[in-house]
Amino acid sequence: MTRIHEDGYEMKAVPHSLQLGMRSHKVDPARAIISVAYQENLVGDPETGVIHGGVVTTVLDNACGLAAMTHPDLKGMVATLDLRIDYMRAAKPGMTLWTSCECYRLTRSVAFCRGVAYDEDEGDPIATATGAFMITAAKTKFKH
Amino acid sequence: MNVEQAQTRKERRDAMLDGLSASIPYIRFLDVEFTRMGDELTGRLNYSEKLIGNPMIPALHGGVVSAFLEITAQTQLTWDLIWPKLEEGGEAEATLLRGEFPRTPKTINLTIDYLRSGRPRDAYARAIVQKAGRRVANVRVEAWQDSRDRPIAAAHGNFLMPGESK
Repeated sequence: MTRIHEDGYEMKAVPHSLQLGMRSHKVDPARAIISVAYQENLVGDPETGVIHGGVVTTVLDNACGLAAMTHPDLKGMVATLDLRIDYMRAAKPGMTLWTSCECYRLTRSVAFCRGVAYDEDEGDPIATATGAFMITAAKTKFKH
Repeated sequence: MNVEQAQTRKERRDAMLDGLSASIPYIRFLDVEFTRMGDELTGRLNYSEKLIGNPMIPALHGGVVSAFLEITAQTQLTWDLIWPKLEEGGEAEATLLRGEFPRTPKTINLTIDYLRSGRPRDAYARAIVQKAGRRVANVRVEAWQDSRDRPIAAAHGNFLMPGESK
C-alpha cells in the first residue's frame, strides 16, 4: 500500500467522521477505503499507546456503509443492521489506520459488506468486519 | 464500620471508578462516564454534536454506539476484577488506590445489532457478564436512551482477560 493518508478527502458531511479525522480515498464503486491518522486522544491502552478498538470499529462501520452507498445499483440510503468485528492484533502505535471495505452483494432490501482494518499491509489485518445494511428510503445524491 | 467510614469508603470507590475511565484517552474523547450501584455499572455517553453520524435524521454514528457498548463491557469486566480486591482491603486495595488498575480485557470479537437509530441525546448502557472464564469472558451489553425496554443497540462479544495482577 503506497497510498498516503493525505491523499483522501475529509468527510465533512459526517460530524463524527470529521472529528476522528477520517479521510476517504477514491476507489471503484461498491468499495471504500478510509484512513485515520494516529492521534493520542484515540488511545485505548495508555501503557502501549495502542488505539482503542472502538476507533477501529467506527472506521470499519463507516467504510462498509460507504461501500454500500457507492454501489451503482443502490436505490436508497443505507443503515447498519448488524456488524461483527474480529480483532486479530493491536494496531501499531503511531501508524495511520487503514480500512478497505466492499459491498459484495446487494439485494432489494439488504447490502452485504465486508472489510479489513490494517496499518502497513492489508494481508496482516488488525481486524476484519462483516456487516449487513438495510436499504432505506430514496437516495439523495451521494458523491464519493 | 461507622457511618462516616462507610461514606468515605463509598466516595473512595466512586472516585476510583472515575479514575479508571479517566485513565483511558479514548473514553475521555467520547465522554463516557460510569455510575455504579454496588458492583453493577451503568455507562453514560454524554451527547455532543460531534457524535453525529447522520446529520439528516439526525442520528448518532453507529461506530460511536458500538464503541460505547465495547467500553461498557470492558469497564464492567475490569470492575469485576477490581471489586473483590476492594472488598479484601489491605494491600490489594492499596495498589488500586494508587491508580494501578488491571489491564483492560482485549476484545476478541464483538457483534452489534443496531435496533433503532441513536437520537441526539445521552445514551446509557449496561453489560451482563454471561461467563467470566479465567482466560475468556463472554458479555452481553445493551444501550438505550429514553426507555430501558427500547434499546438502540445490543452487542455480544468475547474478551481475553488480562494476566493476573498486571
